[in-house]
Amino acid sequence: MRYITPRKVAEGLGAAHSGTEHHWAMTVSSCALILLTPAFLLVIGTAIGLPREAVIGYFGRPYPGIITALFVIVGMIHFIKGTRIMIDDYFRGTARKGAIIISVIFGWAVIAAAVFALAKMSFINIAI
Amino acid sequence: MADVNRGNRPLSPHLQVYKLPVAAVTSILTRVTGHALVAGILLIVWWLLGAVSGPRAFATADWVVRSWLGFLILTASAWALWYHALAGIRHLFYDAGIGLEIDESRKSSWAIIIGSGVMTLISLILFFIG
Repeated sequence: MRYITPRKVAEGLGAAHSGTEHHWAMTVSSCALILLTPAFLLVIGTAIGLPREAVIGYFGRPYPGIITALFVIVGMIHFIKGTRIMIDDYFRGTARKGAIIISVIFGWAVIAAAVFALAKMSFINIAI
Repeated sequence: MADVNRGNRPLSPHLQVYKLPVAAVTSILTRVTGHALVAGILLIVWWLLGAVSGPRAFATADWVVRSWLGFLILTASAWALWYHALAGIRHLFYDAGIGLEIDESRKSSWAIIIGSGVMTLISLILFFIG
């Protein structure tokens, strides 16, 4: 005998029995990105036009570095989950699976590249 | 079924002749801008990687970023980012059940269109004077 009520089993699952976690993840990341977007634009706007040494020095500082890292990480996770909806809408079968795999690999590759560059910049700053 | 008029009935709306309401256009543009933003983030991350890869790699990336093409991509990205952010905020209200009436969604659509343009303009002004 199950002591759990049918309502408890169904709650939060929706008609499709999945997807609420995806929706909630998009809600959370979108709220984070609302805060990060103006901060990131100010950081990038300040950095573009600087000579190379100044660019490295600027992103090696905590505020520009952390804002840029957060924007790229949260933004690309939001992107991966966002493209997933588009893929589910327009692709079927093998094409859908392939598109999901490409989207996830691409998203994490961009995150890795940005984190590598930012980490190296802050290490160069420590060395200086 | 003998006397049924088959030639003069109203047809269901077809995408090619159906005039999309502004709320539908702004909704579709949310997805389009979200995906198009890949170009802007790729350019920025490539530029960051260039800065730590060496003077020549940075010179190449910096030249592209500061060229007219880079300016075009980044300005378009700034607009896409503001548009996507404003449309995303509306989506959060939609999720809460607010603003779903036809008249309200029409107004919020125009707010997103005008707001994203204004925010892009402010961003550009700040970039050039700051």
